[in-house]
Amino acid sequence: MNAIIVSALMGVIMMFSSWIFNNARLQKIIALFGLLFLVVANLAQSNGVYTFEIDSKGMLAYTSLGLYFNTILFVLTLIYVWINGEEIEKIGNHSADFYALFFFILCGVSVLTSFNNLLMLFIGIEILSIPLYILTGSDKKNLTSNEASLKYFLMGSFSTGILLLGITFIYGATGGFHLEPPIINPKTGLTNEHFLLSAGLILIFVAMNFKVSAAPFHFWTPDVYDGAPTVFTSFMATIVKVAGFVAYIKIFDAEAIALGFAWRLLLGFVIIATLLVGNITAVFQRSVKRMLAYSSIAQAGFMLFALYGTSSFNNEGLILYAVAYSVATIGLFAVLIKMKDYSFESFNGLAKKEPLLAFVTTVFLFSLAGIPLTAGFFAKYYMLNALLLGGAGLWLLIIAILFAAVSISYYFKLVQAMYFISGEPALGEIKKSYIHKLVLLAVIIIVLGVFPSLLINYLYY
Amino acid sequence: MFLLTLLLIPVIAAILLLFVHKQATINAITIGASLLVLSIAIVILNVNAADFDEQWLPLLNSRFVLHTDGLAKLLVLLTAISFPAIFIATQKNETSQKNIFNSLLLFTQAGLLGVFLTADALAFYFFWELALIPVYFLCSIWGGEKRIAVTFKFFIYTFLGSLFMLIGIVYLYMHTADHSFAIKALLESRLTATQQNSVFALFFLAFAIKMPIFPLHTWQPDAYEQSPTSVTMVLSAVMVKMGLYGVIRWLIPLFPIAFAGHANLVITLSVIGIIYASFIAIRQDDLKRLIAYSSIAHIGLMNAALFTQKQIGAQGVLIQLFSHGINVLGLWIIADIIEQQTGTRSMKAMGGLAKKQPTLAILLVGFAFANIALPLTNAFVGEFLMFNALFQFNVWMAALAGVSVILAAIYTLNMVQKVAYGEVGDLMQKMNTPSKQAQWVLMILLAIVFITGVYPQFLFTITADTLQQMFVK
Repeated sequence: MNAIIVSALMGVIMMFSSWIFNNARLQKIIALFGLLFLVVANLAQSNGVYTFEIDSKGMLAYTSLGLYFNTILFVLTLIYVWINGEEIEKIGNHSADFYALFFFILCGVSVLTSFNNLLMLFIGIEILSIPLYILTGSDKKNLTSNEASLKYFLMGSFSTGILLLGITFIYGATGGFHLEPPIINPKTGLTNEHFLLSAGLILIFVAMNFKVSAAPFHFWTPDVYDGAPTVFTSFMATIVKVAGFVAYIKIFDAEAIALGFAWRLLLGFVIIATLLVGNITAVFQRSVKRMLAYSSIAQAGFMLFALYGTSSFNNEGLILYAVAYSVATIGLFAVLIKMKDYSFESFNGLAKKEPLLAFVTTVFLFSLAGIPLTAGFFAKYYMLNALLLGGAGLWLLIIAILFAAVSISYYFKLVQAMYFISGEPALGEIKKSYIHKLVLLAVIIIVLGVFPSLLINYLYY
Repeated sequence: MFLLTLLLIPVIAAILLLFVHKQATINAITIGASLLVLSIAIVILNVNAADFDEQWLPLLNSRFVLHTDGLAKLLVLLTAISFPAIFIATQKNETSQKNIFNSLLLFTQAGLLGVFLTADALAFYFFWELALIPVYFLCSIWGGEKRIAVTFKFFIYTFLGSLFMLIGIVYLYMHTADHSFAIKALLESRLTATQQNSVFALFFLAFAIKMPIFPLHTWQPDAYEQSPTSVTMVLSAVMVKMGLYGVIRWLIPLFPIAFAGHANLVITLSVIGIIYASFIAIRQDDLKRLIAYSSIAHIGLMNAALFTQKQIGAQGVLIQLFSHGINVLGLWIIADIIEQQTGTRSMKAMGGLAKKQPTLAILLVGFAFANIALPLTNAFVGEFLMFNALFQFNVWMAALAGVSVILAAIYTLNMVQKVAYGEVGDLMQKMNTPSKQAQWVLMILLAIVFITGVYPQFLFTITADTLQQMFVK
């Protein structure tokens, strides 16, 4: 409860702070302290200190996993704001508004990591999504940003509608909204209720796939990611997406059993489709931003592995993947923001001009590609393990691997541009301190690439 | 601890190099570090160094274990000899950003040593990839004209192969009793024949691409041709041995049934590769491509001999792992000296080396003989044993593979003839005496060729324990 209350309060404080102080720098500092406070409050709850406690009648349930995800996502947001603060100020007039929206999104995130009731799921998703529609359209004078926002809003509302319909079906079948104790009795045969239940679950499945941009429900992703201001794309593609996955896993860990064999079939289809669409389309992109949008679809395909079985590797793998993917993606977008245009050519010769920047970018790309010595490798490794333990055939792993190899081709295109093709990089002004922040991200990736246990161990404290 | 220093020295030197810009210091650090590694490698030949064993990933039950046996010692020795030889012979070469170039090479060395020393499957995969990454940058930055595309092809090939191996490792991990990557635990996971077959395929794909075995060899001639020569030396003297090493270390003990079951197929592919590569080598005009194709043929023979499952063949392979490395290194160094001074690799433009630079020509002939495996040279011992095993396995295979000896004589002697004899070509006029250091390196390598050719017992002794493990169960 701590996280939900504190993040909502902080959101309100940020809204008013733009009224009181008209200083962008100060807003950033307030936001950073607010995030820090949020992390501390959440850690306090993980250690048994309940500052705010409201009886939710079992609609919210706090697990160590959910709280841990909270901590991870809040820290990631902290890092994100710390790095991107100045870029956020450049968009719009009042950066405090954006920070307020971030806090509301984090409020949604903390609902999504702790819901135990399908209504709470719906509320969480709405709290998360509405600020996102605003962030997407925040570049008011830019047509693509407006278009992206409208598109996102229409499609997002539609998918939420589907989610609601699914929830209604489930209510019709079982007469309840709770996840735990399970609403489903797997021993009941294929009755009318069961049919309604399966239909409901499949509708929720569709809606969740939309939220995490899994194919074939991914069509909004490239346009929205491309149209939104780059700083916010970075936020959407990382923290928001991971929160979506946490909710996704929470529902289907409890309920997938009702779908029986069909679940594996459906999920297998979505996994393959996502990997296929994300990877193959990413190869043909001319703009790095669009490439990253498709790469985020492809990475979602890998994260879906965590839903396949029910082993301890699922959660461990998702934690690792979430961090590895988010840190690398935040880093890449932070580099991209500094480029004058987003084509691959603009990276030509970057290694000559800014060797350190090129090096950290390479570390980010390697991590996304899953090369050893970066966190991305262990993330992929855990996911493959989860898939195999979940009972997938070797063939599914082989397909996954083939697409991982395809992903090399577009990630390395950027490495090639930076190191092997000479040219004048279209790099805007960049401060030394900015690069040093990115170096910290690279260090996180490499340390986790050698000792992933550092991250996972905490799950068991 | 002792074994860990083997890995740490190149890594520390490589990091140091990033901050050094003076030519002389760069050379001193690189050569010093690589000689230090060589001396340690020689020490561990005689002393049985204690295993280095540390907890690495407790949740996955993976340990960081460095362990030596005959095979590891031999390949560590080969790596340790190759790198100083390469550094010393090419130290005068003009290279932009030489500190980074050498630094990446030293990282490669650390990766290679890790591959040969580790006894944990996950760490093995780790090092397997780590050896590749610096090479990717080395070839793409300092390579020839078509370097980017060619290196990318090479990278994708090997990366895909190793990803398949990763699935194999995950699969094996799931089938060990205590969920661990230790080779001992993997050996105890009794897989059924069907399981063995599928996992064997996954592993073998990685190794076959690395060696490379026909029809997965297409990356190799291009990569060898386009890479800077020092990297080509590393690739062909040491890196291709990773594939064979993997077969001996992982495939044979882990999947005995599948190994025997696939013998016919693999040997057939190898023999096709041998003959195919030899014929192409005959038609080559480019010195580097010729050596590249000849290398495919030699590695193919080693792989075929390994799959005969005969002790005598395995013994031959173990020796040849080392000998082939030395021979091909000698050839590359000479090719590099000629290319550096004349600026061409085309054999048509050469000729008359013997008149112009008799010492170099003599050295060339020495290594050429070793490439044909004439008696007295080191390759003869290994090839004799390998053909013996092939003959026991299948006479026809042996006969077909035997053709490659004749073909090898044709292309190698042809090469010697074109390069060393005839009129002194225009470009050859430019040839100066190669540096003292390069000559010394070549002489030492040639000495190794003849010493191990006349007295191979030394190599037999080192590898005795590996051979025993392979065949006495």
